[in-house]
Amino acid sequence: MTAKEAELVPEAIDLTVNGRPRQAHPRLYPRLLQALREELGLTGTKYGCGEGLCGACTVLIDGKAVRSCRTLTQSVTGKNIVTIEGLAENGNLHALQQAFIDEDAMQCGYCCPGMIMNAAALLRENPHPEKIEIIEKMDGNICRCNNYSRIIAAIRKVADQ
Amino acid sequence: MSGPEKDIGPRDISSSIVMINRRQFTKLLGAGILMTVGGTDTGQASKAQAVTPLSDRLHVGVNGIITVMTGKVDIGQGSRTELTLVAAEELKVDIGSIRLIMGDTALCPDDGSTGSSLTTPRTVPRVRAACAAARQVLVKLAAKHWGCDAGLLKVRNGTVIHTDDDQSISYGELARIGGVDDAMARAGEDNNAVTPVAEWTVMGRPVRRLTSEDIVTGAQVFPSDIRRPGMHYGKVLNPPAYGAKLKAIDLQPAEETEGVTVLRDGDFVGVTAPTSHLAELAVRQIAKTAEWDTVAQPSSDELFTYIREHVSNKHAKQGKVVQKKGTLQAALDRAAQVLRESYSLAHIQHAPMEPRAAVAQWSDGNVTVWTGTSSPFPVRSALSKELGIPTERIRVIVPDTGGHFCGKHTGEAAIQAAKLARAAGKPVHIRWTREEEFTWAYFRKAGIIDVRAGIDTSGRITAWDWTTWHSGNSAIAVPYEIPNIFVQSKTCSAPVREGSYRAVAAPANVFARESFMDDLAHAAKADPLEFRLRHISNDRLRAVVDAAAQRFSWNKARRNVTDTRGVGIACGTEKGSYVATCAQVEVDRECGEIRVVRVCEAFECGAIINPANLKIQVEGCIVMGMGGALWEEIRFDDGRILNAGFGHYRVPRFSDVPELDVILIDRPDVSSAGAGETPMITIAPAIANAVFAATGLRIRSMPIKGEYLKKSWTDKETLGPSQSGEMQ
Ligand code: FES
Ligand code: FES
Repeated sequence: MTAKEAELVPEAIDLTVNGRPRQAHPRLYPRLLQALREELGLTGTKYGCGEGLCGACTVLIDGKAVRSCRTLTQSVTGKNIVTIEGLAENGNLHALQQAFIDEDAMQCGYCCPGMIMNAAALLRENPHPEKIEIIEKMDGNICRCNNYSRIIAAIRKVADQ
Repeated sequence: MSGPEKDIGPRDISSSIVMINRRQFTKLLGAGILMTVGGTDTGQASKAQAVTPLSDRLHVGVNGIITVMTGKVDIGQGSRTELTLVAAEELKVDIGSIRLIMGDTALCPDDGSTGSSLTTPRTVPRVRAACAAARQVLVKLAAKHWGCDAGLLKVRNGTVIHTDDDQSISYGELARIGGVDDAMARAGEDNNAVTPVAEWTVMGRPVRRLTSEDIVTGAQVFPSDIRRPGMHYGKVLNPPAYGAKLKAIDLQPAEETEGVTVLRDGDFVGVTAPTSHLAELAVRQIAKTAEWDTVAQPSSDELFTYIREHVSNKHAKQGKVVQKKGTLQAALDRAAQVLRESYSLAHIQHAPMEPRAAVAQWSDGNVTVWTGTSSPFPVRSALSKELGIPTERIRVIVPDTGGHFCGKHTGEAAIQAAKLARAAGKPVHIRWTREEEFTWAYFRKAGIIDVRAGIDTSGRITAWDWTTWHSGNSAIAVPYEIPNIFVQSKTCSAPVREGSYRAVAAPANVFARESFMDDLAHAAKADPLEFRLRHISNDRLRAVVDAAAQRFSWNKARRNVTDTRGVGIACGTEKGSYVATCAQVEVDRECGEIRVVRVCEAFECGAIINPANLKIQVEGCIVMGMGGALWEEIRFDDGRILNAGFGHYRVPRFSDVPELDVILIDRPDVSSAGAGETPMITIAPAIANAVFAATGLRIRSMPIKGEYLKKSWTDKETLGPSQSGEMQ
C-alpha cells in the first residue's frame, strides 16, 4: 500500500459485532481478524494461516461465512459480524456448539471456532445437508488434530434434527 | 460456562500477576483468595526431591475443591481430562471437585516434558500415588478428629465416613479445622494405596474433554490469545535463508517510528509496536536495508544422496547395533531366496493449527512468559540462558495449547517475546506466521532404510539384516520370530533443522518393515496376514492383528481385490502398546490417485483409562498418519522452504477421511501405556500394501505419491525418488 492509498483508508469505521455497535480502526488493524482479536479483544477467532487456506478465522458477515484473515476491515463498514463469542444466545449454546461437545469433536480445540462458524453458515443456507455437502462445504477448514469424522458427526447431528 | 463458582483454574492463573511461588500460592488457596496479587519469587527447589511431599502436588481447599498440580501440559492430547479423572478416582471425589493446574513452573512439580507418550506411564502413576496417599492423610486426620481408629473409616464422594456411627466429615470441613497442609507437607506418594483396576469407578469410563464448553464458545485462552494491559506486538526479522548471517542493517527507519521499539542483540533483530500490523510494517522497513552473508545449503532434490554421504564418523563403518541374534551371514547363505530393498521418507512438518506463540511480561527483573510448549521447565532453562538471569526469576506458564505433535519441545517464541518485552519495557506478544512455523520450527527427520532378508523353502524368514539411515530408532526392532537378526541405525548430519515428531522414527521404520513383510509374503506366495501370523509369537501383537483382520473381514476383502481396489495390512509395537491396521484403497492410475476408503485399526495399550479420549487419539493418529503417508513432504532449496504454506503443503482434509473403524482392546491386567503416537505407525504401510495388492506396484518412498502410479504401467521396480547408493 502506498502512503496515498493508505490515506484513502478511513481512520475509523462503524460495524455491529455480536449484536453490539462497535468501532474499528482499519489503518491500525487492516484485516478484520486483527481488528477482532487485537482491537476488540475477541480472541475466539483464530489465526491459522493468514492466507484463506485453513478456515480457523471464519466469522459470519451478514450471515455468510467469511475468512476474516482475508477481509479488509474497511470493507465491513456497517456490516453485521458474528464471531464464536456471539453464537450462543441468552446463555444457551447454539445447537452446533452443543453437538461439538456431545460428539467430542475436538482435541486441542483450536480449529473449533472456525469450524463451528463455517458449519453455522452452512446450516443457515441448508438446514438439512447431506454428508457429501457437509464435506464439500467444510473442506476448506483444517483440523490438524484430524478430528474430521467427529466434526462431520456433530454437524450431521444438528442437520438431522 | 465460566460462572462465579469457578475458583482457581488455569484461566484465572493466566490473568494473574507475575511472580509467586507454590508456598505463597497454597496459602492464598487456603485462604480462599483468587490470585490477583503480585509478589516476588523466593525461589523453589530446582532439583526433584527424593520424596515429593504431597503438598507439592495438591492442596485441599476449605470449599472442598482440590487443586492438583502437574508440570505436564495439555496440547490437545487430553492429558488435562485424564489427570483430572485419575485424581478424582484416587481422592474419591467427583471430577468437578478437582482443579488441575498444568505447566506452570512456579506452581507445578517438574513432571518432565510432555512427549514420548510418557504422561500415562509416568505421570499418571505419580498423580495416582499422591492422590491416594492424600486420601489416607485425610482419613487419618478425620480419625484424629473423632479420636477413633482409621480402620473404621471409609471415604465416599469427598467425605470421610465413620462406618460404626454414621458420622461424616467432608474434605472441606477437615481443611477448615486446619492441619491439612502440614500433614500433606509431611507425607509422600504411596503406590500401595492406589485403587486397583477392578475397583475403578471413574477411571476406565468414557469422560469427555473437560474444557469443551470453553472451546466451543471461544472462551478458552490459548497461548496466542493471552492479552496483558499495555501489551505490544512483536515481530522478528528472519534471515532470508538458513545459515544466513546478518552483515549490516539500518535500524533507524523503524527507530524513528512512534511507538516502535527496535532491538538488535547479535544476530537477533526484532521490533515491537502497538499493533501487529505496525510491527510488521516496521520490520519490513528495516528488512529492506539488511545485508546478509549466505552459505550454500542442500536441496531436497538430493536429500537421499545427502543422507548417505553425510553419515556420522562414529557410524562410518557400523551403526549403533540395536538388535542382534544368531549368525546372519550363514543364514543368508543358506536361504532359498534373498530379497533386498531400500525405503525412504521425506521431511515433514508438524504444522499444528496454532503456530508458536508467547507473551512475556517483566516486573522488577522477573519475567513471566505464557507460551505454547510441551516443555515448560526446559523452556525456562533456555530463557535463563538467553536472558542471562537465574531460573528463579522466570516463570513459564503453558495455557492449553493448539496442537503440538512433538513439534513444540522448544521455546523460540518465548525467548523472542522475553527479549523484546525487556527492550520495550512492556508486555510483548509474539505469534509466528504460518510461513514462519513452516520455516523456522523443526522438521521430522527424513531417512533411508536398507533391508535384506532370507526365506527358506517353507516360507519362513530365516535372516533379517536392517540398516536405518538417519531417521532414528523408534520401533526399529523387528517384532517377528526370526532366528538370525542384525539391526543397526546410523546417524547422519542434518540437511535442515530437525527434531522430534509424533511417534518419532516409528512411522519410518514400520513403513519399511511392513512394506518389506509384504514383499516377503509375495515372494513366499503367502497371504500377507497369514505370513505375518506365521512369524508372531507375542500374544499382544497377535491379538491386535486378529482383531483388525476379523473386523475388516480380511479374507473376503482379499478375494474382492481388483486392479483398482486393494487391501493391505500392517502391524507393530512401540512404547508398550500394540497396533494393527487394515486399509482399503481405490487407485486411479490414469489420474495418479490413491484414495483410502476404509481403515480398520485395533489398538491395545494396557488398561484403558479414558476410552472416549483413547478412541479420539486413535482416530486422529490414523488420519494424521495418512498425511505423511500420502502427501506431506517438505521441499527445500538454497536454504529456503519451497512449500511453506497450506497451499503447497498438503495435509489431510475432510474429503480425505475414510470410513474409520477403531477397536480398542482393554487389558486391565497390564499397566497403561501412552496412546498419542503408536496408533499412527501402521497406516502408511497398510496403504502401500493395499496399493501393491491392487496394482502390483510397490512404492517404497513416503509420501506414497499417486503420481508414481501414472509413470509406469508395466515397470514393477521401485517407484519413488532415487535413493542412490548401494546397501552397505
Ligand atoms: S487464518 Fe484465515 S483461513 Fe487460515
Ligand atoms: S482440534 Fe486441534 S486443530 Fe482441530
